[in-house]
Parts: sequence; structure tokens; C-alpha cells
Amino acid sequence: MSVRVGVVVFPGSNCDTDTAWALARAGAEPVQLWHESADLLGVDAIVLPGGFAYGDYLRAGAIARFSPVMRAVAGYAADGGLVLGICNGFQVLAEAGLLPGALLRNRTLRFVCRDVAIRAERADTAFTHRVPGGGVLRMPVAHGEGCYYADAATLDALERDGRILFRYVDAAGSPAPAGDRANPNGSLRAIAGVINAAGNVAGLMPHPERAADALLGSDDGMLVLRSLVESAGERAGTIQHAVAG
Amino acid sequence: MSADLAPAVAAAAAPLHRALGLTDGELVEIERRLGRGPNDLELAMFSVMWSEHCSYKSSRPLLRTLPTGGDDVVAGPGENAGVMRIGDGWAVAFKIESHNHPSAVEPYQGAATGVGGILRDIFAMGARPIAVLDALRFGDPADPRTRHLVNGVVRGVGGYGNCVGVPTVGGELVFDPSYQGNPLVNVMAIGLVREDAIVRATAPGPGNLVILYGSATGRDGIGGASVLASATFGAQDPSKRPAVQVGDPFAEKLLIEATLEILAAGLAEGLSDLGAAGITCGVSETADRAGTGIRVDLDAIPRREPGMAPFEVMISESQERMVVIARPDRLPQIAAICERWGIPCGVIGRVTDDGDVAVIEGGLAPDGMPNPGARELARIPARALASDAIVFDRLAAPPSRRRRTPAPGSTETAADMLPEGGTDPGAVLLGLLGSPNLASRAWVAEQYDRDVGTNTVGSAGHGAAVLRVKGTRRALVATTDGNEAVSALDPYLGAALSVAEASRNVSVTGARPLGVTNCLNFGDPTRPESFWQLREAVRGMGDACRALGLPVTGGNVSLYNEAPGSAIAPTPEIGIVGLLDDVALLVGPAFAADGDVALLAGAGGPGLGGSAYAAVAGLAAEDDLPGLDLAAEAAVQAFVRDAIAARHVTAAQDVSGGGLAVALAEMAIWGGRGGQFRVPVPSAPAVALFGESPSRIVLTVRPPDLAAVRALAGRHGVKIAELGTVGGPRLVIEMFGEGATGAAEGRGSSIADALEVTLADLRHAWDHGLPRALGEEA
Repeated sequence: MSVRVGVVVFPGSNCDTDTAWALARAGAEPVQLWHESADLLGVDAIVLPGGFAYGDYLRAGAIARFSPVMRAVAGYAADGGLVLGICNGFQVLAEAGLLPGALLRNRTLRFVCRDVAIRAERADTAFTHRVPGGGVLRMPVAHGEGCYYADAATLDALERDGRILFRYVDAAGSPAPAGDRANPNGSLRAIAGVINAAGNVAGLMPHPERAADALLGSDDGMLVLRSLVESAGERAGTIQHAVAG
Repeated sequence: MSADLAPAVAAAAAPLHRALGLTDGELVEIERRLGRGPNDLELAMFSVMWSEHCSYKSSRPLLRTLPTGGDDVVAGPGENAGVMRIGDGWAVAFKIESHNHPSAVEPYQGAATGVGGILRDIFAMGARPIAVLDALRFGDPADPRTRHLVNGVVRGVGGYGNCVGVPTVGGELVFDPSYQGNPLVNVMAIGLVREDAIVRATAPGPGNLVILYGSATGRDGIGGASVLASATFGAQDPSKRPAVQVGDPFAEKLLIEATLEILAAGLAEGLSDLGAAGITCGVSETADRAGTGIRVDLDAIPRREPGMAPFEVMISESQERMVVIARPDRLPQIAAICERWGIPCGVIGRVTDDGDVAVIEGGLAPDGMPNPGARELARIPARALASDAIVFDRLAAPPSRRRRTPAPGSTETAADMLPEGGTDPGAVLLGLLGSPNLASRAWVAEQYDRDVGTNTVGSAGHGAAVLRVKGTRRALVATTDGNEAVSALDPYLGAALSVAEASRNVSVTGARPLGVTNCLNFGDPTRPESFWQLREAVRGMGDACRALGLPVTGGNVSLYNEAPGSAIAPTPEIGIVGLLDDVALLVGPAFAADGDVALLAGAGGPGLGGSAYAAVAGLAAEDDLPGLDLAAEAAVQAFVRDAIAARHVTAAQDVSGGGLAVALAEMAIWGGRGGQFRVPVPSAPAVALFGESPSRIVLTVRPPDLAAVRALAGRHGVKIAELGTVGGPRLVIEMFGEGATGAAEGRGSSIADALEVTLADLRHAWDHGLPRALGEEA
């Protein structure tokens, strides 16, 4: 019984097929979730892929949060369903209030596409349990608005509660401050990804689906995607158990 | 007024045809084809279709001489894009096109719509776009206007490509004073299509519907083809701004998905994008190809604003629009697909059997005939607008003076000033690596999404771009190359060298070059010297393509690249796509392992003319051009492909800009390891180290494979020189032979006979050269 992972498709999503391809490599059956439909087709987890949801001429993700599919995703998340936002998907989740903080324009005011190193700060979540403890992952970023911002109190709380999921790190493995080339967008406290308090919604700016094949330079992203697919499978098993019992 | 005064009066009032860019002679030709005088709308339609951009009226006789046939050619020149077979039922569509003048006027939108336009050419063939390469040329990087243009163009390419979801994987960035008033923005796109799913720009079947989908038609891009692309202009002329189109990459993304869905469902009889000359071009070319006509329902064309005149609607170059020719019973399905993607769509005409493009105001009845009381505003034979457009035999004359102006204080000839001048060759190498034309392109490349699609193999900016084809073992390898420095002195040689280098860049990966697309950027063709440059370049391109077995599958001609007081260096830009049968065999340009042996394949010759060294050293080297032996070029490329296929090669890189020393330095930087090399110096150190004599490849092999590689080279008749061993934290190049610096020492020079630079210094110079030149870094 394969794990069905929904991939939300906005008209301007452009990483949806890549994400579906990588999820299939991670053992899942990808399911397309069209933006105009609130029917989540009974999927076991949901990924919001990268792209430019509705063109993002206003602000990345600002319109997407009002779409039918996002109303359904919000309900799904509230019920404890697993949701992962990648790049534009992270921006949408932040705009929708499902994750704390905001993604501002990169400090350089330029789009940036390059390989970065990120460290998983938690190896015990549904999205990272396959990552070796303290493991550094190499994967590309590609965004114009990826500078993670929140007020100091929120950042302190995120740190205290262990909700910073990924940090940009330099060659020595230390968190890369804004201004360091290893921090590609000037994110505060080197934050590349966060997780919600309940532990079922996460987002990150780097693209694990683009690091899913060693031929392309790295397959470190598979550790994140496999974590998600396995977690979704376990939860699906539990739910089915409950139904059967 | 007496009849004999009429011509004078008409001339004094600046007749419309001249205002539209048509000559008096062209008006006569229009009247001959119509059998009468054209009305104003017809004249406007002719003016855009007979523009240089759409009609190729100056270049067509030259382009006919190019080799276009080949077993793997599925679609050649004349289609929206060339298509070549790559096996397993797959084919690759590719084309390069210019957007020079729009980018000079409004760099962001000019470049953005350049990307959009070439992408539409690709998916108009039914292919899904998988990659973009952009070849950009500007003037002095220290000049504020150049920086403004670079910034805008790079943002425009990225802003469009990043959003539309097609990776930008390669290209060029060149600075040359000749582009100061007229930058070049050439964009190449590549797509994948099942061979049986290729669609043509044709309008068969009288009674079929002409369906327009995509954006509404507005006043942007009125006369882009005729006003901007086909006339010399002052670079800062704001009155030309309405002629620049405005791009919407989100709309293009929707257009791509809707188009590919329409085609996958088998709903299209023919398909065309609407680019230059807008609806006029889309309907006349498709009808002409099918031998049909099209009746256009002017009122049915959705407008962006009220009050547009018929001619504005017919020639507007509003972006992100397509026309599909379909059977009437297909309309509901096409409309449903467009609605799903949120794209407006409507029937704007009918295919007819009379061979004419007719423009009707007042609407068409359900049977496709004009409504009672409707007016016919224009009627022109489709072929008069398209295949039977005017063609000129322009005058060609070699320039009386072909030299470029030497830089102040430069020496008269390309003598080797390296040792005698007291210059450390290591310092020259660092200077070259950090020069704007040779330094790392990362500052640009990182502003482009290179990875979307998850097919991009290898690192950006390290040799040719490589894209694997999912579901197969194959990979496509793509590159663009142009050699304006040599073309300025000898356009025949410059074009041939550009083909040779592009092909070599593909061959060094192990891939077999498939075919050529080209963008010919030249000056005013009515100037005999300028037309001579074009003619020579086409001749050189054709000879090189024949020698290397490469068909030319299409391209674009951009003339009138002149700003007040200066014409660009003639720039024949070559795009090549190659095929690697097994991506596992791919060889990169980075030094791979310590202990590997580096070899130089191919024999170099003298000649510093047109080289980066000559430019940096301030040499006036124009009479000292390197020679090109096309048979030797073909041999060295075949040798390296065979050596790679036999798994003997660990790294390979062609010798081009900056010569052998720069090629070795780049391989060292990218591989993170240096090497100890010895280079024979038959004449002068600068020629041996920095000369750009073509047909040479550096490759590294494991020591046990050396004998086999030498034997293989022998069978190909390729000369091999052993350069030395890879490894260590520095690049060391010792020179020996008749012209080595040691010999110079004997003449009293104090220069050492070796170049020695640390890897860290090489990387630093290479990394920072471009942002520093552009003032982005202190």
C-alpha cells in the first residue's frame, strides 16, 4: 500500500512535477491537488511546491492563501495532517499563518540560485528523522524572497521551543549570519526552515526535490523527502488501523 | 491642382509608406502584387511583414547557401524552431533569436520578452521548453549606462525565465567597445517533443477555426519588427518606447501548459505563436504554408483598451498570445482547457480557400461568412505577405580599412611583449582570469534559476550546459559561442571559428554535436561594407558547418545594429545542441584526480589577433589572426569523442579565450587542484600560453590509459603533446624550446622561464573579476 502524497498545483507552480518526481523516488505515490478544488483526495501528506503561485506580482504567496485548496490545507493541518512547504510553498504557508515569520526580499535585492549547506537542527521530526543527527545537507536555493524575518521575541521563542528546523551553515558548519555568502538571502539567525508547534507543518527555502539524484550534484534532499513519506506512511497505517479496529 | 503636381505634393506630405519604413521601390512591389494600390491598413500589414525581421529580405539569398539537410533533421529553417531526432521517439527543438533593440531601449522588458518570444517558438512546435541560454554583449563595463543595461537585461532574463519555470543554464557575457550604443541580447531555447507530436505553423482545411488564446491585444509593441528591429536608431530615443513589448511570465506559464494540453489531446491542425508582426504574421504565414487563406474577424479580437485602430490590432506585438487552427467540433474542448488555465480564448477567424488574408469589420456569421453589412478592411494574398515578400540583392564591398583603431600607446604589431617587456607571465594569467570577458560568470548565473526541471547536470558556467533526458540514458549538451573580435577583422574566419568553438565545446563533453542555430547580428545591410560582413560570415558559417557535418536548422537575423556613429562588431552567434547517448559517460572540464596526465590534443599555430591577450595587453594585433584548418578541427573533435566513449578521459576542455594557460587555470580552479606542466614554446611565450589558435583540446587521462589514447590520436591523425601531471596547490607552467623565456634570458631579460601561481590566487582573480568590473564589489 503506497503512501499518497498530495502536491498542490497553483497555475504558477513550476516545481510541481519535479516535486512529484522526487516524491516518487522517495517511495510515495504523488497526487496532484489542483488549486481550485478543496478536495484533498484523501492524501496522507501534502507538499506545497516551489514556483510563483499566481504570478506573485504582489508578494510571494500573498494571493495563494485565499485559494480553495489552501482553505482545505489549513483544515488538514489543524487536524494534524503533515504539510511541507518548499520555497514558494514555504512563503504560502507563512502568508497563510500556518508557520511563523515572513520571507522578505533577499538582502541583495537579487534572485539567488546556488547550492547551499543547511544543518537539520532537529532530527526527531516527521520531516527530518532520516537525517543523521547534526547532519549538514547540500541542496540548491532559487528564490528572490527568502530572507527569513520575525521579531526578536518570536525568534527567541522559536529557538527556545526547538522550532528552527534548518539553518544555513558555513564551511565550518557554523550558522552563517546575514552578510555571509553561506547565508544566501540574509535570513535572521541563519534560518532556512521552521516547523510549527504541533510538529506537523514545516517549510524551508532550499529545494530538497532538486537534490534527489546524485547525477545532478546531490541527493541529500532525499533524506527530507523520505522522512516525510515514512512519517506519512506511519500515520496512514495508524489511521487505517483505527478505522479497521 | 494639375495632375503632374500630385507626386510632389504627396512627397511633401511624407507619404505613409515611408513613415512606416517602406521605400518607394517597395511600394511599387506591393502594388504589383496587389494589382492596385494598398489602403492604409494593408500598407501597415506589409510594413511589418516586409520588415527585415520578418521577411529576411536582405539575408534570404545568403541563407539559402547554408547546409540544412541531414538524417536527423525533422524540421529545418522556416519553422518556428529547428527540430532534430535524438532517439527513442524523442526530438529536440531549438532556436536562437535576438532582442537587441528592445533591450537597448528598455533593458528589463526587452530581455524578458526576448525570453518569452523564443520560448513560444519552442512550444509552438509542440515541445516543452527545458532550457534557456542567453548570449549577452555590452560596451565598457565601467560605463554607467552599460551597468544600467547589464543590470536590467540580467534581471529581465531572470525575471521571466525564473517565473516561467524554464532553467537558464548557460550563455555568454561579452564586453566590447563596439556594443556601447547597441547591446546584443540573443536568447536560445531548447525543448523536448515526441517526434510524432510535432505540430507545424500551418492553417490547413478551409472552414477550420482560427482560435486566439492568451493575453488581450494592446498597444504595446506596435511596429516592433519594423520600427525597432529594422532601422538604425539613437540609443536613448524615448519615442521608441511604445514599440517595446511588455512581458508577463505568469501568463506565459499558463500558455505553455494550455498549449501542451491542447496538443496532447490532438485538438490542433496547426499552431503559431504571435510574435513579431502579431496577428498579421500569425495568419499570413500559416495560411501561406497551407496554401489557404484566412478571414480575420477583427471585432472578435479581445482588446486591452478601447479605441484601438484596426491597424494597431493587426500589427500589435502584445506578448503571450497563440493562435491554434482547429476543426469547429474541437472548439468546446479547447475552450475548456483554456478556461481551466484561466486564459481568455475566442474564435477570431476562419480558414478559407481563396489564398487571401482578409480583415473583416462587422463580424462573421456562424457559418464563417461576413455578417450582412460587414466591411472588408483589407485583402492581401497570404503569400505576398510571407513567402513572396520582397527580396533584395544587396551590394557587398569589403571595407577599405579593416583595422580597428589601436588602443592609445599600443604597439603596432602583435610582437610578443611578454619576456622583453619585463612582464611576469603569472601576473598576465591573473590579469586575464580576472578580466571582464574571462572571469567567472557566477554573478550573472546565480541570478537565474538553473535547476528547475531537475535535469541540469553539472555546474553552471563550467563549459557547455548538460541536460539529462528523464526516462532515457541520454543527455543534451548545449552551448552558444560568438567571436566578435575576429569577426570584426575577418567575418568569414570569425563565423567559422564560432562554429568550430561551439562544436568543440559540445564534443569535449563526449556528446555528438547535432545541429546549429544561429543569430546573425550585423549593421545596416544597405551599406555595402556591412552587407559584405554578413555575406562573408554566412559563407564562413556554411563552410564550417559542412566540414563538421552540422546542419543549420534555423535562426534569426538582426540587422541595423548601429548606434549614431558606430556599428557593432559583426557578431555571428552560434548555438549548438549535441547528444550524449549515455549520460554516465559525461566528462566535465574540472581536473578530476591527482596524478592524472594532462595532454594537449591538436597543433597550435601563430596568431594573437583577436585574442583576449591582445586586448588586455593593448596590442594592435589585427593582422595576425590565427588560422583555422577545418579538417584538423573535425579530427580533434572526433578524437576526443572517441577517447571519451572509450572511458579514457577524466576531464576535457577546449582551448579558447585566454589560450592554453587560461584553459589549464580554469580546469585547476574547478577541480580544486593544480598541476605541474611543461609547454613547448616554438616562437613566443605569449603565443604558447595565451594564443587562441583553434582546434586544440586539453584532456586528462589516467597514466595506464596514456598509450591507448596516444594510439587513438594517431588513428585520427591528431598530434598529442604531454603537458604534465595534475595535483598540488599551484599551477606551474614551465616553458621550453626555441622561444622560451630562457632564450630571452640569454638576450638579457631577467624573466623566469616558468609561470607559477597558487590555486587560491587563481580562484580569487577568477571569482571577483566580473563583480569588480561592474562596480558591484569594491
